[in-house]
Amino acid sequence: MQKQLVRCTINGKETETYVDVRASLTDMLRNEYKLTSVKKGCEVGECGACTVIIDGECYNSCIYLAIWADGKNIRTLESLLGPNGELSDIQQAFIDEGAVQCGFCTPGFIMTALEILESGREYTREELRKQLAGHLCRCTGYENIYKAVEKTLKKRKAQSANK
Amino acid sequence: MYDIEALYEATSEAEAIRLMQQYPTAKLIAGGSDILIQIREGKLAGCTLISIQKLDSLRGVSMDEDGTLRIKPLTSFSHITKDPLIKKHFRVLGEAVDTAGGPQIRNIATIGGNICNGVTSSDSGSTLVAYDAITELTSPDGVRRLPIQEFYTGPGKVALKPYELLTAILIKKESYENCEGHYIKYAMREAMDIATLGCSVNVRLSDDKTIVERMRVGFAVAAPVPIRAKSAEAAAKGMPVSCKTINAAAKAALLDVSPRTSWRASKELRLQLVEELTKRAFEQAIILAGGEL
Ligand SMILES: Cc1cc2nc3c(=O)[nH]c(=O)nc-3n(C[C@H](O)[C@H](O)[C@H](O)COP(=O)(O)OP(=O)(O)OC[C@H]3O[C@@H](n4cnc5c(N)ncnc54)[C@H](O)[C@@H]3O)c2cc1C
Ligand code: FES
Ligand code: FES
Repeated sequence: MQKQLVRCTINGKETETYVDVRASLTDMLRNEYKLTSVKKGCEVGECGACTVIIDGECYNSCIYLAIWADGKNIRTLESLLGPNGELSDIQQAFIDEGAVQCGFCTPGFIMTALEILESGREYTREELRKQLAGHLCRCTGYENIYKAVEKTLKKRKAQSANK
Repeated sequence: MYDIEALYEATSEAEAIRLMQQYPTAKLIAGGSDILIQIREGKLAGCTLISIQKLDSLRGVSMDEDGTLRIKPLTSFSHITKDPLIKKHFRVLGEAVDTAGGPQIRNIATIGGNICNGVTSSDSGSTLVAYDAITELTSPDGVRRLPIQEFYTGPGKVALKPYELLTAILIKKESYENCEGHYIKYAMREAMDIATLGCSVNVRLSDDKTIVERMRVGFAVAAPVPIRAKSAEAAAKGMPVSCKTINAAAKAALLDVSPRTSWRASKELRLQLVEELTKRAFEQAIILAGGEL
């Protein structure tokens, strides 16, 4: 079995480990780092359940080789956890809007939502639909997910205006 | 885990080529959004890979001294769309690749991979063909240039020789200058779907915007590889900017295409789309170029 050293920053922490060259980034994050918010859904780039942020951009970690993570900055849903286990605004909005049912798709959706929230732009509903189109949800019918993201966008905008 | 026999990571273009010579049966992997899927499906299970993913020298868009746009093969779809040079000179390519997959796929998928797979449904292929793109291919024998139409040799087949790497896609200044284009992807879903048919039209109008000086049209899924419709172009060249010209070009496009029936759509539907999408994309390109209809 061929292994390779991967040094990267995961959720703000510098890490290094030897990984099997056959591993996907999903495999590495779940198995080596126990970051189980990264879900194994379709494993062929269709459903978005495995979405993580690499150097500021969302990727399907199932079709990204773990060895490519060397030198990268990676964020998963776990990075949102507050010091005392608090939820972030976007997670709370998902709960409040009924955007979570079984929850399997949620971590992925929230990572893309994060990229949207941090872009500092405004979005029409149409643009939001396009930005979130790389995720499948079997339960919610999507409407509440769009509402949760829109609500958080508005809230963050109001907060930054008050500053 | 992927079913991979072995993986070699290139740290330079020269090393990538050397690895290809050393492991002649190995597959190159760039973004991986085709290769990794084929490994999962079993089609490429057990293969040996040479990764070029980390070759940042093959990323980005620049301009040569003579004004030629140089698009490097590892540039992702989302970076093509965001690139200032593309926005300024080749906006239609940015729009075309923005219709592919979903946001995450567009961060992964490379433009080089999108033409080296030789697939007719490629969302960049029809626009690149319609702009007379030139591929730059590098091997131990040196660098050669090949027009993209000759690069595509058959379904899933391209003219890459063993040990050859696509190192750039070039667009000559005369090709993009004073030229506006529009791409329409017809698919069953608005996202995460492959084109049933794709049509990319670009025009250069006379100074007074009344004559079509040059019209070029490329198609996806209208033939085994992305193609140009020369009859349509001939029907439009030198003609007045008018609905009559648009309709005549759209009819003529039917002479150049050879779509098939697949599970996605019948040949008949595709023929109808060839005519209709040519009309719509041509009309839009004229409007973008400042023409009035
Ligand atoms: C869920 C999903 C949705 C998709 N939707 C679309 C879509 O809507 N439209 C679309 O067009 N495509 C789509 N694709 C296909 C794919 O994303 C694109 O074709 C992509 O551009 C492939 O590039 P890559 O670098 O990821 O491919 P890779 O798998 O790395 O490479 C593809 C092929 O090109 C070769 N290659 C790559 N770079 C070079 C080079 N520089 N020199 C020589 N050979 C090279 C490889 O050996 C391989 O044969 C989709 C894929 C997925 C998984
Ligand atoms: S598990 Fe990665 S996209 Fe479905
Ligand atoms: S909440 Fe069940 S898949 Fe989205």
